[in-house]
Amino acid sequence: MNAVPLAYIARNLWVRRVTTGLTAGGMALVVYVFATVLMMSEGIRATLVATGQPDNVIALRKGAGAEINSAIDRTQAGILETLPGLATDAQGRVLSSREPMVLISLPKRSTGKPSNAAVRGTSAAGLQLRPQVRIVEGRMFRPGTSEIVVGRAVTEGFRKVDLGQTLRFAGRDWLIVGIFDASRSGFDSELWGDAEQMLQAFRRNTYSVAVFRLADAQSFDTLMAQASTDPRLTVELKREVTFYAEQSEALATFIRILGLALAIIFSIGAVVGAMITMFAAVASRTNEIGTLRALGFRRGAVLVAFLGESLLLSAVGGVLGLAAASTMQAVDISTTNFQTFSELAFRFVLTPSIAWMTMGFALAMGVIGGFVPAWRAARMEIVDCLRAA
Amino acid sequence: MFLLRLLLKNAFRHRLRTSLTLVGLVVAVCAFGMLRTILEAWYAGVETSSSTRLITRSNISLTFALPLNYAQRIRGVEGVRTVSWANWFGGVYQTERNFFPQFAVDPVTYLALYPEYRLPDDQKQAFFRDRQGAVVGRKLAEKFGWKIGDQIPIRGTIYPGTWTFTLRGIWDGAEARTDESQLLFHWALINETLRQTMKRRADFVGVYVLGIDDPGNAAVISQRIDAVFANSVAETMTETEAAFQLSFVSMSETILVAIEAVSLIIIVIIMAVMANTMTMTARERLAEYATLKALGFPPGFVVRLLFGESLLIAAIGGAIGVAATLPLAAAFGKAVGTILPAFQVSPMTMSLQAGAALGVGLVAAAWPAWRMSRIDIVQGLRHVA
Repeated sequence: MNAVPLAYIARNLWVRRVTTGLTAGGMALVVYVFATVLMMSEGIRATLVATGQPDNVIALRKGAGAEINSAIDRTQAGILETLPGLATDAQGRVLSSREPMVLISLPKRSTGKPSNAAVRGTSAAGLQLRPQVRIVEGRMFRPGTSEIVVGRAVTEGFRKVDLGQTLRFAGRDWLIVGIFDASRSGFDSELWGDAEQMLQAFRRNTYSVAVFRLADAQSFDTLMAQASTDPRLTVELKREVTFYAEQSEALATFIRILGLALAIIFSIGAVVGAMITMFAAVASRTNEIGTLRALGFRRGAVLVAFLGESLLLSAVGGVLGLAAASTMQAVDISTTNFQTFSELAFRFVLTPSIAWMTMGFALAMGVIGGFVPAWRAARMEIVDCLRAA
Repeated sequence: MFLLRLLLKNAFRHRLRTSLTLVGLVVAVCAFGMLRTILEAWYAGVETSSSTRLITRSNISLTFALPLNYAQRIRGVEGVRTVSWANWFGGVYQTERNFFPQFAVDPVTYLALYPEYRLPDDQKQAFFRDRQGAVVGRKLAEKFGWKIGDQIPIRGTIYPGTWTFTLRGIWDGAEARTDESQLLFHWALINETLRQTMKRRADFVGVYVLGIDDPGNAAVISQRIDAVFANSVAETMTETEAAFQLSFVSMSETILVAIEAVSLIIIVIIMAVMANTMTMTARERLAEYATLKALGFPPGFVVRLLFGESLLIAAIGGAIGVAATLPLAAAFGKAVGTILPAFQVSPMTMSLQAGAALGVGLVAAAWPAWRMSRIDIVQGLRHVA
């Protein structure tokens, strides 16, 4: 005779439905917070990682860190385009986009309060460099005009940014002629127009960044070496994927640390709840424990039975919490990324590893909450137990 | 008196269970208080802003600068008393983790507009005289162990290169909530450098800070200023300092809303735990309550017993929780230092904590009290816990 049957354990939880429900409910809430925080952090990361293309290279001014701080003048952009190993388009021209990037302040649709939206000046090459971007409504802006296209998240997130409307900034009225979808990347939160028109309107003579594609994704190191020998280039070259992943770091880390700290503090409450429930379960079943032991179940079996009950309880809480958290995947949210100082729209993303971590966290709460009561149950003497009634 | 003794005896009959519940309550009340305090600290910049200060910035967005010659024209606008300006420097001290705000300011006018930055006169003069000089708030100086005369190297992200400042003064806030986490230095220093290296970027100002006489005229003066620059190369947007600060806070609104929601979740969690405790207690005492009823006590007495016990536990837990929040907040405030400049538990937060604790006590007892008031005496007496 070895283990106490699982059905016995499960039925015990069912008998005290209210208590089980309340305890599992408390745990579910903690698990929900834990999971949503990880999903939020992952969502920000996934959005910005999807923004970069693996074989694209971005050039910024040394030490700039973000696109809006950066400046690349025409001379530097010209030199960069002569570097060897760059991909060319069908006409044999180097596939390169010189892009100014500025922030404009627009009122948000939800609150009416202003937030910063990123405006990128780009060109036909810029579109070729970002295959994930496609127009879903209207058409592309015509080069050399005051026309702009806006990302899906911008039109959803900001007031009066709709197809056919005009936006006034930098002393011009810009006609919105199209809405694009960038497959849930950071570009969804941007407004795009003609690069040269943007420079004129904002009275700038330098671009922010230059983006180009490697003919061979492996040749990045050679390109770096080549660029570093030229003293005229005070630029930093980065793979686009690396660059955008870095842009997500501060916000994603901040949310993860804040959220995990909260979840761990909250879990104390849930663990206490589990402990109370399990202590009560042990106390009210003293007789049963004695009977089980008298029937020949060993101390270990009793320990496992109560620990199993606690684990089952926390598993119920974990599944409930995870189920609630998984519904959050349908929610789009946006906030200011303090690294780029502009609005970024993203989604909660549930990955298998987050699901496993969440369940692990729930079960850990069950073990911590259930161990002491189970230990106490296992240590009871048969005679005392049977006499207790 | 008798009832209170009975309640106390009852509450601590299951010592282990009650102490566990208390632990949960204390943690929850503490966490709730801390989260509220974090939220309030976020808004501190708005609350400590002065109603006699206006901010003029480019109406495109804050990242666009305004020409220096606007200073003269703004000074001429009726109602404006003083004009100063500041540029966001956005530098990095050692690593990105050591974030704190740095502003390039016009020292004499700027410090005159911020009388709440209390700086000894000799330090002030030393700062005015030294173009490489900088002043910092007390909190920032303590965080990095800076002393007057120290050299502080900061790597620029907007203004390329490494800039080394000599610390000339440390200010103390006039109030506990005054910002003591900034570094101020001479705007002229970056401007002279830009004139040499990037002529096009020289003579530009991030924001103008204006002093006005009468807060009541803020709206009118703002309109006058913006009218002066309407349809110019760089149009302006003028607002009160509070509105300006609020626009920053609202940028992270999503995070703030999330924190607010989460602070309520902890209350619900502890409600579940507490309700569980009370349900168990009631179930175990079924026979007792039936006996009380059989002795002639009205159902209301049983209800009072349960509510009283629940509220008593909640009150004790709440009191310990509120008391524990104070040292915890002080320690947390020290740890985060410059990120949240003003970190203090407000009386409002404390009363909310107390309210939440009592609310938990009431809700937790509701269901068992309703059940127990309706038990059938015979069934209750027959029941074995």
